Amino acid sequence: MRAYIIRRLLQSLIVLQAVLLIVFLMLQITGDPAAVLMPLDATQEDLARFRHDMGFDQPLHVQYYNFLFGHGRSKGVLRGDFGFSFRHEVPAMGLVWQHFPATVQLALTALLIALVLAIPAGILSATFRNTWLDHWSSVGSMFGQSMPEFWLGLMLIIVFAVKLRLLPTSGYEGPQYIILPALTAGLYATARIMRVMRSQMLEVLGEDYVRTARAKGLAETAVVVRHALKNASIPVVTIVGIELGFLLGGTVVVEAVFAWPGVGFLVVDAINNQDYPVVQAAVALLAFNFVGVNLAVDLLYAWLDPRISYR
Amino acid sequence: MPTDKVAAVAIGRPIDAADAPGRGSSDLRLAIRELLRRPPAVFGLFCCTVVVIWALMPGLFSPMDPLEQNLDRYLKAPGYVDALGRTYWLGTDQQGRDILSRVIWGSRVSLIVGITTVVVSGLIGVFLGVLAGYNGGWMDTVISRIIDTLFAVPFILLAMALIAILGPSLQNMILAIALRTWIIYARVVRGEALSLREREFIAGAKAMGCGTTRILLLYLLPNLMSSTIVVATLNLGRMIIIESSLSFLGLGIPPPTPTWGGMLAEGRAFLDTAWWIAFFPGVVLMLTVLGTNLLGDWLRDILDPRLKRLGD
Repeated sequence: MRAYIIRRLLQSLIVLQAVLLIVFLMLQITGDPAAVLMPLDATQEDLARFRHDMGFDQPLHVQYYNFLFGHGRSKGVLRGDFGFSFRHEVPAMGLVWQHFPATVQLALTALLIALVLAIPAGILSATFRNTWLDHWSSVGSMFGQSMPEFWLGLMLIIVFAVKLRLLPTSGYEGPQYIILPALTAGLYATARIMRVMRSQMLEVLGEDYVRTARAKGLAETAVVVRHALKNASIPVVTIVGIELGFLLGGTVVVEAVFAWPGVGFLVVDAINNQDYPVVQAAVALLAFNFVGVNLAVDLLYAWLDPRISYR
Repeated sequence: MPTDKVAAVAIGRPIDAADAPGRGSSDLRLAIRELLRRPPAVFGLFCCTVVVIWALMPGLFSPMDPLEQNLDRYLKAPGYVDALGRTYWLGTDQQGRDILSRVIWGSRVSLIVGITTVVVSGLIGVFLGVLAGYNGGWMDTVISRIIDTLFAVPFILLAMALIAILGPSLQNMILAIALRTWIIYARVVRGEALSLREREFIAGAKAMGCGTTRILLLYLLPNLMSSTIVVATLNLGRMIIIESSLSFLGLGIPPPTPTWGGMLAEGRAFLDTAWWIAFFPGVVLMLTVLGTNLLGDWLRDILDPRLKRLGD
């Protein structure tokens, strides 16, 4: 077990290092980061001076070293310094951190909604397999997985904000503002968690110990809740963790639709204004989060299911 | 259902080198019979066929020029008939363009981007997946860590940033998407190659003196085909959604070329006055993706029943 934990930690560290390399290479992909960062009307002299100031005239590995450990006034990304936002003239990482709580709030609410919808639906369609209830929830989950989430967002706005006038269209001013974005962001998670819950329940319901429980005369509800559900939920924990990771990094489009002031909204704005330090900081932060959540889930999984082997 | 089993055995994997000859037309007939027995798959095939035909011959089906503007027709509701007696079945947008014609022409970008990214990322993914899974060792370690890393980077953000830096165009969009999605194929293929290389027919081929290239091309790849096809079909819908999301965020093919995502973005400004602009392109988009998903589910059941549905 300890070897497993150490190996997973090392793997995560390597991945984090590689994420930073990708973030670094993002600007290098055109071959001339100065041209990407400077305004279009910059003169050749401006560009040359900027290149020199930023160290872009150095060999690539030196640049990467400087990027990690600092160069000139920069402290380096390892100490959280991704440079200044050109547009807002504040440290890029600080700006991203400011917007991070709104993203976490949205992701957690979306996950909560997804769990509340998907777990009972998955259990019910497995227990009532091949009934109308099962068929309709399969159809629902199939549609859910095929729908572009931003389109669902627009449709929810038309129905609940424009026609029924029940909820606000966009913004961030009170608890009612989170309902539509969270429903939208939770769409894929709901569909996927439901599918996993259903198939796990089906698998477990065919096990010997469930037959034994039934044979000793337990009521069906007791069999499902006490015997089946407990064992079926272990893989669900993993998928829930993965979904949380996706949600933390994947609410970009939803935030754009609802003008939800999270990291995604900030990044879309930054991209439109060529404010790349902010984009780099955001990609790094969200990727770090994903790695962290996944690591936590794997360790939790190992702890929950003692049958797992750690190779 | 005994025929199901026959179909699974006849078409399913593994195809050991020995039973390769004598397949073909009977498999096809079995597959069609299987298909007709599953209404969702038929529906999926129908949706996909319609969209493919639209994309191949949009001029034949679109009633009007998708770019023809006329401010007299500003935001007309579905079913509007103009002075010339032409009907706008799905209404018009803020520039008076016919929504139905734009939806039909919009299928082109979605399908081109969807299919090209699937092919490009599929080729990269299968190649690297085989390298990692068959060779193992340090190559496997390196490729697996690259996969982990790309998996952790938020997809849409990375694609958006790359497109913004490289400039929005069809080519850059495909590049930005394929740069990340190959990992889905690589993961599946790696796992398959890992287990296939321990099988007897590979050992037999080695014993007969086959070189690595020959083993990979003649023995390994044919056995990886069915799972790759299944993953590709299930992934096509995802790619179409990604394309439309990027277009929606303004990083797709620049206007006036009609794209479903772009139309949805335009419709967003008129949600309170003209719901149809944002409604219809989304419905067609959803049915297209639903179609590929249903087809993919069906292909998985007949080709590769062991493959679990993939996230992401």
